[in-house]
Amino acid sequence: MDDLSAEPPSSQTEKSAASSSPEEFVDLTNNLESAESKVEAEISSPEPSDDFFDILGSETQKVEVEASVKADSGEVSSGVTDLPGGKTGSEQGTSSAAPIINLNADFSDNNQQPSRVENKTNDPLAQVLSDTPAADPKKPSSAVLDLFEDDGSDIFTGTPQTKPASQPQKGLFGEPDEDLFGEPLGAMSKKTTENEVKSSTTKAAGPASSTGGAQQDRKSTEPADIFTEEAVTTVPRTSNTSTVNSKANGVHSEEDLFTEATVELSLDSPRSGRKKEETSKPSASSSSSSLSAPAKQAKQPPAALEELEDEEEAEKEDQFDVFISVKDPEKVGDGMNAYMAYKVSTETSLPMFRNKLMTVRRRFSDFLGLYEKLSEKHGPNGLIVPPPPEKSILGMTKVKVGKEDSSSADFLERRRGALERYLQRVVNHPMLLQDPDVREFLEKEELPRAVSTQALSGAGFLKMINKATDAVNKMTIKMNESDAWFEEKLQEVESADQHFRKLHALVESLVVHRKELSLNTANFAKSAAMLGSAEDNTALSRALSQLAEVEDKIEQLHQDQAANDTFSFAELIADYIRLLGAVRGSFDHRIKAWQRWQDGQAMLQKKRETEAKLLWANKPDKLQQAKDEIVEWEAKVTQFERDFERVSATVRKEVIRFEKQRTNNFRRQITKYLESLLQSQQQLIKYWEAFLPEAKAIA
Amino acid sequence: MMEEVKGASSFLSVQVHNIKVTEVLQDGDSLTFIIVSQKMSGTGEFHVDRTYEDFEWLQQHLFSQEDVPGIQGVIFPPLPARLQVNASSKTLRHLGFLGLGEWQPYCKALETFLRQVAAHSILSKNRAVEIFLTSSDPPGRQKVKKNIFNRLSQAVEEMRKEGHKDVDDFFQTKRDHNFLLTGYTKMAAEKFLDVVLTEQKIAVACGHFSTALHLCMEQGENPEKQDFSQVCVKLSEVFNSIKKSMTSTAMNDMNTLGLGLDLETRYQEAEKEMLFRRTCKLVELQNATKNAEKAKPVKKAVMEEAKKATETEFRQICEVAKKEIIQLESKHVETLQQALVQWCEKQLLTAKESAEVYSQHLQTFKRMQ
Repeated sequence: MDDLSAEPPSSQTEKSAASSSPEEFVDLTNNLESAESKVEAEISSPEPSDDFFDILGSETQKVEVEASVKADSGEVSSGVTDLPGGKTGSEQGTSSAAPIINLNADFSDNNQQPSRVENKTNDPLAQVLSDTPAADPKKPSSAVLDLFEDDGSDIFTGTPQTKPASQPQKGLFGEPDEDLFGEPLGAMSKKTTENEVKSSTTKAAGPASSTGGAQQDRKSTEPADIFTEEAVTTVPRTSNTSTVNSKANGVHSEEDLFTEATVELSLDSPRSGRKKEETSKPSASSSSSSLSAPAKQAKQPPAALEELEDEEEAEKEDQFDVFISVKDPEKVGDGMNAYMAYKVSTETSLPMFRNKLMTVRRRFSDFLGLYEKLSEKHGPNGLIVPPPPEKSILGMTKVKVGKEDSSSADFLERRRGALERYLQRVVNHPMLLQDPDVREFLEKEELPRAVSTQALSGAGFLKMINKATDAVNKMTIKMNESDAWFEEKLQEVESADQHFRKLHALVESLVVHRKELSLNTANFAKSAAMLGSAEDNTALSRALSQLAEVEDKIEQLHQDQAANDTFSFAELIADYIRLLGAVRGSFDHRIKAWQRWQDGQAMLQKKRETEAKLLWANKPDKLQQAKDEIVEWEAKVTQFERDFERVSATVRKEVIRFEKQRTNNFRRQITKYLESLLQSQQQLIKYWEAFLPEAKAIA
Repeated sequence: MMEEVKGASSFLSVQVHNIKVTEVLQDGDSLTFIIVSQKMSGTGEFHVDRTYEDFEWLQQHLFSQEDVPGIQGVIFPPLPARLQVNASSKTLRHLGFLGLGEWQPYCKALETFLRQVAAHSILSKNRAVEIFLTSSDPPGRQKVKKNIFNRLSQAVEEMRKEGHKDVDDFFQTKRDHNFLLTGYTKMAAEKFLDVVLTEQKIAVACGHFSTALHLCMEQGENPEKQDFSQVCVKLSEVFNSIKKSMTSTAMNDMNTLGLGLDLETRYQEAEKEMLFRRTCKLVELQNATKNAEKAKPVKKAVMEEAKKATETEFRQICEVAKKEIIQLESKHVETLQQALVQWCEKQLLTAKESAEVYSQHLQTFKRMQ
C-alpha cells in the first residue's frame, strides 16, 4: 500500500483542472476510444468527468464525496457516480472498480478479471492501470501494454496544449479513466444482461441511471444474502439494505449504497465465494471500504457512528468459534526446491463457511501471501494485521538438506505453532475474518501460488519493519502530534518492543539452560547406573540403579519443561514482538494519512494563492478554473481530514483491542504454563517418594 | 576395634562429633578458618583459627609418624585441595562441589576431615591433633619437606607399580575394585556437578526473567494497562518462585549428594594411595627376598635381616590396611546412604513446597480470568 502514500503528493503538485477536462477528454477519447464510439455520448457530459478526475487525481475515497454531490444534483451522472459505490457488489462494477483499486495498489488478479468480463473496455482500462501506479508490474496481457504506450504518448503530447503549465500524468489518467468508466457504464447496460443480474431492472431505467439501478438491485440482493447467511453481526444493517431496496436511484439510495459497500467489506458478499470473480473481489471490497467510509462520514455521521458501534459490538463478541489447527508439516520435493506443506484444519460453527470442518494443505509461502494480501488491503485503514512468522533461511535449509536432528524438528514445531497462532489471530479479528482471502485460504482446495514473498523473508521482513519505523520516526518529527494518546501509545509500543525483545532473549537462554540440564541429568543418570554396577554392596548398588532410573525420568521432566518454556513464553513473546511491529505499522499508516491531509492543505493554500494572483491579474477565463480547483481541493482536504480521522479512530480501536487481547493471551498462557509446571512438580514428588524407601533400605 | 575407638577418644579433650568449621575469614588472599569444638567435659568450647597451611601441616605430620607401626596402611582422611581466593573458574572446577557457594561446602569438607582425623583410632593419638584442635597457637607452621606421600612422585612410580601382581587375593580384589570405583565415583561427581551448575544457571536465568518482567509494567490509569501490569507482576512472582525452587534444589544437591560424592571420590583416592603404598612395600619386600636368596653368604645375614624387617613392616601395613579397608567400606556405604536419604528428603520437601507455591500462583491466575 505504499503506493497510496506516494500518490497524494504527486497529485498535488500537478494541476488537474476540471474545467479543461472536457477538451482533453475529447482528445483522450479520440485516442483511446477509436474502437468504441458509442460511449462518447456519456462521456461528453462534464460532470462525470469531474468525478473521475477526482478519482484518479486524489484517492479513491475522493470519489464518493463527489459522487454523492453529483447524486444530489440528481443528474444523469448519478448513474455514473453509482459506479464507485456499486463496484463492490457487482461484477460489472468490479471491472470498473479495478482501475481505482489499481491506482492504490496493484492486484494482478484485478487485471485479469476485467478482461474476462468485458474485452472491449478492458483494454483502455488496463492501460490506465498499467501506468498509474508506478509499481504495477504484473500485467496480464502484453497487448494491453502496447495499447497503453501508444495512447499514453498521445495523451501526453496532447495535454500540454490544452492545459496551463504542468499537466500532470494523474490528470491524464483521470481523463482516460472517465472514458473507462463511461465505457463500462455504457457497456454495462448490455453486460448486466450478460451477467444474469436482474436484466429487467436494468432495462426499465435509462441507460445511465439504469446501471445505478442495476447495481442497487444487485446490492439489495447481495446484502440480503449476506444477512441471511451471517445473521449475527449484521442485523442492524439489514434495515439499511431494505430501504435501499425500496428506493429508486435517488440521493438517499446513493448514500445507502455506500453504507452497503461497507457492509460488504466487513461481511463479504457470499457471491465471491461462488463466482470465479472471486479473485477480483478482495480488491474491490477493500477499495469499497475506503470509499464508503468517508462517504458515510461526509453525509451521514449518525449512520457512521452507528456502524462503529456495531463494529464494536461485533468485536466484543470476538467470534472464537473458529478454531484453526495447523498440523503435519511435510516436506514436499527435494533439494533446495523443497518446501514445507502444512495441513490447515478449520473447525467452525459460523454459517459463513461452507463446512463445519475444512482441511486444506498450504505451504509456508501461502501463509506469507495471505499476510501480504491482508496487510495491503487493511493496513492503510489502520487495522493491525497479525504477522506470520518470518522466513528462516537457516532453519529451512537444515530441513531441506534433510537433517533430521532435534534442532530442525524443534524449528518445524515452533514454526507450526507460530503459523497456527497466526491464523487463529487472523480469524479472531472480526474484520479480517470477513475477508474473502482469509476464507479462500481456509476453504479453497488449490490456491494460486503466492509470489514475491521474498520481501518477507527473514532479514528482509525485519528490514521492512525497521524501515517503516524509521519512516515513522522521521515523519513524527514533522508531525506535531495533536493527539497525546497516540504520542503516548507510540512510546509505549516502542518501549514494550524493547522489553519484549529482552524478555525473549532471556527466555531463550533459560530454554538453553533447561535443555542443558536435561542433557546433564541424562549423563548423571548414566554414571549413576555405572557406579551402581561397580558397587559391591547389593543394597547400595540397587539404590544407585534406582537412582539412575529416577534421574532418567527427571530428565524427561526437564525436557518437557524446556518445551513448555519455549512454547509458553519464548514463542508467545516472539509473536508479540511481531505484533508490536504490526502495531507500529498501523501508526505509520495513520501518519501517512495525516501527511496526505497536510499536503492537501498545502495544495489548497497554493490554489488559493493562485486565485488571488489571477484575481489581481484580472484574468477571468482562468479564474473560473482556479475557483473550480479550489472547490475541488477543499473537498479533497475535507476528505483527507476525514480519512485521517477515520484511520486514527481505527488505529485507536485496534490498539485497545490489541492490548486487551494481549493481557488475555498472556493470562491464558501463564495459566496453562502453571498448570503444566504444577503437574511436573507433582510428578517429581512422586518420583522422590518412590525413591526414598530405596535409599533408606541401604544398610 | 571398638575398644580402640573408645580408647582413642580419651586422647582428645574435645567431642569428636561437635567439631565444626564455623566461619571463613578472608584477609587479602589468605583465608582463615574458625574451628569450634565442644570440650569433653561438656562445659565450654574451644575456638581456634587455622589456615589451610595448618591443615596441610597436620596432614603431613600425621603421614610422617614413623614410630607408629603400620602407619602406611592407614587410609588417611583426605584433605580437600587448597581453596584459592579469586580462583579462576578452572581451579574452581578442580575443586568440584567444594568450589560452589560461599565456601560453605568447603568448610563442611574441612570439618569432615577434622572429624575423621579425630575419630581415627591411630591418628587421633598424635599430640598434634589435640594441639591443632585446642591450642590457640598452631602446632607448627614450618614447611614440611615432601615425603613419600608426595602425590607427584607417586604419580611417576605409580606407572611402574600400579599393575604389580599382588600376592594376596584380598588386596588384589580391593585394588581392582578401587580402581573401578574411583573412576566411576569421580565421573558421577562430575556429572552431578554439571547438573547442579546448570540448575544454578537456570535459577539465575529465572531471576533475570523475573526482573525483566517488572520493566514490562505499564504505568497509567487505563484498566487494560493495569491488567497487563498485574499479569506481568504475577508472572514475575511465578518466575521468582521457580528461581527459589531451583536454587534450593541446587542447594540440596550440593549439600547432600554432592558433598557425599565428593567425599567418596576423595576417600577412594586416599584408599588408592594407601593400597599403592602397600604395593610399594610389597615390591620392596619381594626385592629384599630376592636379594636375600641371591646374596653371597657374607652378606646373607644382613640381607636376611633387611628382608625380615621389611616383612614385618609389610605385615603390619597389611594388618592395618585390612582393617582400614573394611572400615572404609562400611563408612562408604553409610556416607552414600546418608547422602541419598538426605538428598531425597530435601528434594521432596522442596518439590512439595514448590508445588504448593505453584498451585497458589495458579489459583491467582485463575481468579484473574
